[in-house]
Amino acid sequence: MRVLATVLAMAAGLIVLLGYFYPIEPLLQLRFLFTYWAMIFAAMAVLIGIYNLVAVHMEKIRTRQKNAAYGGVLVLSLIITFGYGLVFGPDDVLMRGAMDAIIVPVEASLMAILAVTLIYASIRLFRRRVDVMSVLFLIAAIFFLIAMMPTPFGPIPGDQALLQFIGMFSRGGARGLLLGIALGTLLTGLRVIFGVDRPYGGN
Amino acid sequence: MIALGLLILTAVLLLGGIFLRRRYPGAFRPIEAYERLNRAVGLAVESGTRLHISIGRGNLFTTRGASALAALAMLRKLSERTSLSDRPPVVTSGDASLAILSQDTLQAGYRAAAAEEQYRPSTGRLTGLTPFSYAAGTVPITRDENVSTNVFIGDFGPESALLAEAAERENSTVIAASDNISAQSVFYASSQDPLIGEELFAAGAYVGAGAAHDASLTVQDILRWLIIIVILIGALLKFVSGAI
Repeated sequence: MRVLATVLAMAAGLIVLLGYFYPIEPLLQLRFLFTYWAMIFAAMAVLIGIYNLVAVHMEKIRTRQKNAAYGGVLVLSLIITFGYGLVFGPDDVLMRGAMDAIIVPVEASLMAILAVTLIYASIRLFRRRVDVMSVLFLIAAIFFLIAMMPTPFGPIPGDQALLQFIGMFSRGGARGLLLGIALGTLLTGLRVIFGVDRPYGGN
Repeated sequence: MIALGLLILTAVLLLGGIFLRRRYPGAFRPIEAYERLNRAVGLAVESGTRLHISIGRGNLFTTRGASALAALAMLRKLSERTSLSDRPPVVTSGDASLAILSQDTLQAGYRAAAAEEQYRPSTGRLTGLTPFSYAAGTVPITRDENVSTNVFIGDFGPESALLAEAAERENSTVIAASDNISAQSVFYASSQDPLIGEELFAAGAYVGAGAAHDASLTVQDILRWLIIIVILIGALLKFVSGAI
């Protein structure tokens, strides 16, 4: 079974890859078919994932773990919205209301907390690590903030020139990082296609 | 055509590298974060605390999935090493397909350590499907489940600051790497030994995932030098053509 899973995964990966480089009709059709199947599997995976989420929280409630009450709220809300959404559809007024009145504000609040957290992390950076790179990191961050922030007096003179100058270094650095990540991505993909890495089938 | 050529060259180098690395294992430069991770894994097993590995929310349909695959390769090795612990490692993710793969990988690690009966599917968890719900679902795990080491490796966004901050507040060890530039800067500011750029993809090699991972690192180095040479030649040609 494991061998079959590996052979199927390698064959599918190779066909999809070949379809990119040689867009001939049979390869293209196979590529679209496999991608289509993968999308269906991914949709099924969401359902399995939700089941996993519910199972974990039910276990928390059953074994009376710390903060299990939050798990109860999560499971209850999930059942209500899932059931309601199945019956009335995602475009229903109440479903949209749940999205606009609960999910969007909650995520916006987390975003606000994130801003504070980032400032706090920057302040603590010097307590954790004092070296040249940390100093440069903070100086660049402060310059960017000053140059980009809106002020009551309008733009700060020379802010665009400053952004352009510091941006030259940060863009160069970011491109270097992205090149390294692209190489890592390429090799990880090849390892999976060659069946060396098999994160499936219990290998 | 250039892309196909690069792909074939990489594939040949990788296969050759695997063959060579099986015969002649290589030595890599020490990376403090991975050394700390290896120490932390041993300590977690001895002290009966838990390892929390968060593999991000990299969708496998996009290039972001590669960082998740690299994290799974590392997870496979870590689960094998920690499977006999009193408290098994917990894996969280923000993508459903990734959550299923993490369960499968965990089970494979337990099986390799001949401890499959100790595997619990609930240790591979989907904690949320949006960036912030994922962070909100993961933070309580770092706080409530006796975690001594948090490993954040995969695709994260700025929400990673919430995860790193929660781990920091519990005084647990944080090992963090991401393929996302924003998350990298967040981790740089909030973790002791940040992993930058492609160091994420070295995870497998540094936890002993095998010759293929060692060979990948060597090939990455070769390709990086090739790119540097091409960029320098390109810059020189542009300079010369401009001067003429």
